[in-house]
Amino acid sequence: MATKVVSDAVCTYCGCLCDDIEVLVQDGKIVDVRHACILGTSRFFDYLRPERMVKPLIRVDGELKETSIDEAVKKAAEILAKAERPLLYGWSMAGCEAHQVGIELAEEIGAVIDDTTSVCHGPSVIALQEVGISTCTLGEVKNRADLVIYWGSNPMQAHPRHMSRYTVYPRGFFRERGWRDRVLVVIDVRKTDTAKLATRFLQVEPNGDYELISALRLAVNGNKIPEKVAGVPREEIEKLAEIMKSCHFGAIFFGLGVTSSAGKNRNIDNVLSLVRDLGAYTKFVIFPMRGHYNVTGFGQVLTWETGFPFAVDFSRNYPRYNPGETTAVDVLLREEADAALIVASDPAAHFPRKAVEHLAKIPVITIEPFRSLTTQYATVAIPSAITGIEVEGTAYRMDHVPLRLHKVVEPPEGRLPDREILKMILEHVRALKTGAGQA
Amino acid sequence: MTKPILIRNGFVYDPLNGINGEKMNIAIKDGKIVKESIVNPAEAQIIDSTNKVVMPGGIDIHTHIAGYAINGGRLYRPEDGRSTFEPRTSKLRSGTGYSVPSTFVTGYRYARMGYTTLCEPAMPPLLARHTHEELNEIPIVDNMAFTLLGNNWIGMMYLKDQEYELAAAFIAWMLRATKGYTIKIVNPGGTEAWHWGGNVKNLKDPVPYFNITPWEIIHGLAVVNEMLKLPHSIHIHTNMLGHPGNYGFVIGSAEATKDVKIETIKKREQNIHITHTQFSSFGGDSWKNFRSEAEAVAKHVNSHPHVTIDMGQVIPGETTTMTADGPLERGLYEINHLKWLNLDVELETGGGLVPFIYSKVNLVNSVQWTIGLELALLIKDPFQVFLSTDHPNAGPFVRYPQIISWLMSRKAREEALSKFHADTQRRSILATLNREYTLYEIAVITRAGQALALGLSDIKGHLGINADADIAVYDLNPKEELTPEKIEKAFSNTTYTIKGGEIVVKDGKVVQAPMGRRFWANPQTDEELEQTMLRGVSKTFARYYTVSMSNFPVQNEYLPRHNEIKIDATHFT
Repeated sequence: MATKVVSDAVCTYCGCLCDDIEVLVQDGKIVDVRHACILGTSRFFDYLRPERMVKPLIRVDGELKETSIDEAVKKAAEILAKAERPLLYGWSMAGCEAHQVGIELAEEIGAVIDDTTSVCHGPSVIALQEVGISTCTLGEVKNRADLVIYWGSNPMQAHPRHMSRYTVYPRGFFRERGWRDRVLVVIDVRKTDTAKLATRFLQVEPNGDYELISALRLAVNGNKIPEKVAGVPREEIEKLAEIMKSCHFGAIFFGLGVTSSAGKNRNIDNVLSLVRDLGAYTKFVIFPMRGHYNVTGFGQVLTWETGFPFAVDFSRNYPRYNPGETTAVDVLLREEADAALIVASDPAAHFPRKAVEHLAKIPVITIEPFRSLTTQYATVAIPSAITGIEVEGTAYRMDHVPLRLHKVVEPPEGRLPDREILKMILEHVRALKTGAGQA
Repeated sequence: MTKPILIRNGFVYDPLNGINGEKMNIAIKDGKIVKESIVNPAEAQIIDSTNKVVMPGGIDIHTHIAGYAINGGRLYRPEDGRSTFEPRTSKLRSGTGYSVPSTFVTGYRYARMGYTTLCEPAMPPLLARHTHEELNEIPIVDNMAFTLLGNNWIGMMYLKDQEYELAAAFIAWMLRATKGYTIKIVNPGGTEAWHWGGNVKNLKDPVPYFNITPWEIIHGLAVVNEMLKLPHSIHIHTNMLGHPGNYGFVIGSAEATKDVKIETIKKREQNIHITHTQFSSFGGDSWKNFRSEAEAVAKHVNSHPHVTIDMGQVIPGETTTMTADGPLERGLYEINHLKWLNLDVELETGGGLVPFIYSKVNLVNSVQWTIGLELALLIKDPFQVFLSTDHPNAGPFVRYPQIISWLMSRKAREEALSKFHADTQRRSILATLNREYTLYEIAVITRAGQALALGLSDIKGHLGINADADIAVYDLNPKEELTPEKIEKAFSNTTYTIKGGEIVVKDGKVVQAPMGRRFWANPQTDEELEQTMLRGVSKTFARYYTVSMSNFPVQNEYLPRHNEIKIDATHFT
């Protein structure tokens, strides 16, 4: 039996991008995974789960039928070349190499291109465009932080190794005793599993984050605050403000609890400003807890190629960015999109119902390793190889650290990398546009 | 195979070969400049350059074009992206941005100005892959990235213990791992102090915990640089940059390397390059009595041939400041209260950004504008001072042609100066300077001098046989009167830009956008020494970095067209 161990593999589940994974491969199959969390382990083990798509599918008379890759690419290219306002969406579970081809395709056909940021940390991005952000790489927190605050985020469930690898538990250069040298504070609407580990837990009323942030800013800057704010007593807020001001290195990690509750980007604007205010007293940094493994990477690539981090509209032959107008959900809600290409994402399962209803009316092409709700709507569904398991690639960790993704096993027969499929579509679209592909 | 090219009858400015405006023909074949007799005119493309200026392709020794800082700028300044755009064409990609342009248009804009080689001066080792990914998408130009090593924990620890050989082995490994070109130092020790919210205030001020002084870092890295025989010298952004009274840091940093013997596999005459020196030539002790000390700095440079600088010329208007000098950016935020972005990098460096408006009605900004020009006009040998804006810190690179017109025309300077704050002349001697740069000197400060300082003068920055065929043809007739308007117009858009023997710009329009090459330095140190170093370093990695050491080095995939400079550094002298 041919056995090999791939060490220091990069896990492509969440934005932590843990790069210390050991994968045991026997006869070309993954048989053991070490160091990964339960989510990461499932990512490595389930790559051949029954939902894995085998052949390209194409809709004929309402039924999805198996077809060849060439036919599927041809059909996809025809749909996209003909579309007047195509939407290219997804990208957060794909490597940067796929992003680059995707953006080139979007430019070629004058599409709107958007990623899952749009329905996730989009408000965080809009807020940092208003006020900036004080942040760092995660090793800074590991080596220096004596105060760690999770706000509206629950890493125990969503980013299981975040605390043990980067923030609370590891021993760092200036924090030799690990968690004993740090204070963990959790602010959330309920006592989460993360909150149970905290030194201090502040239970904020649902949708009360803006008020609580404002009260903290007032307290940090030495102003009076009411007796109770958003369900949190004054003493607790003042105590936290004092802890924040007197720590040597503080870090806030915020999740969708802050980003997607009432106030949205205004909440983030406020909390980013709080961290900036704290800079007058001590060192403080803040991070959004990015979810999908390469959602950060898409934002980086789109930004360097176009100048904007998400929701870019190429319909005027140059990049235009106007969240609310050029964001995927809005393009669907206004029923503008007349074709969609979905890569490495499942919007049918996550978008508002009205947006999905429009998606169901238009031709949809998917490039995805697994069957999903969206592939059920597809006119053309092309199966792809999994980046980080079957194909190498590049991804950016939630703190912007770029990593090379490993190839652990060979992709199953007929499953091409998404970037290759996109290239084939792009070439076919170009041929169609110049007339050469008419034959 | 591209056709050979014959550039005929141009006025050629090629300082490295001593050619000063002579009418000559230049022959190109297979991407190189060749003897004219080799090219058969019947088979060549003929470019008639009668009454035009021919220069080697421009070189920018310091321009923030790729990586974490500039992309942070694009990301958090959509207003900059909305201010300027270039649509796609059948051959070109689209893009946006003025002070923080996107990658494709960065390449096009430089090529239109006749620039063909660019240096990205701030690559954090941990984020090196990002810098290379962006450089791969800046078309046309050859490029390279300088690795940030002036606040590196491991480097500081070796230097503190005066373990120069181990330090050299470590720096060599770092350059290889990051595919970097040289040792970049930004606010030595101060950026590390910033990770606790502090800074270092003078060259003898010890770095918190590491207990090494900026002077020791500068001196130590200069020694290591020459032990490794790197093509370029250390490239430094001095301490206390942007603070009143900081000009002593230029002189002090230069003093720190004065006794370091130059050793390089290439050819260069300096052992320290002090970058964007405008920001380090401030006098006074507060913003109230702020004044220019360019004269003192220039005087020091004039008597110290081991120093080169670049201007960091201020351009009035809006831009985006960005640097690995974290405390500086926080300071700027406290001055202008515009949005502040900070990104510190574990064990290595930091970074910050703040948008900035250089205002003609602001006295400090007005004096700053004079300092860059004073430096260029007061430093006698143009091979010691290069044209730059520290793009985009003092202004976007697209404004270089205006700087050339200021340097070449006293009249243009006087006219500009009259529009700045009325008190400017009391704090600067610019108005008294009569010098006007010649085209020959412009060719030095925009290409020849930069090539020499970078250790690339064998193939770049000149038009001799075997040089890379990177050439700019400008629509400027040196026999006519050169008005500032004519100068600015000519240098804004070339008649032709040729890159690697291919015509990439014609009549100010990009006609094709091939990929350039990445230069990087690969010094090989003694194997046993390297093993000793790695044993120690791998422990530090495992304990304090958040990525595995095996995942740290940049793979060859990120340098699809690279130009490795191999150096044998197995024996130190």
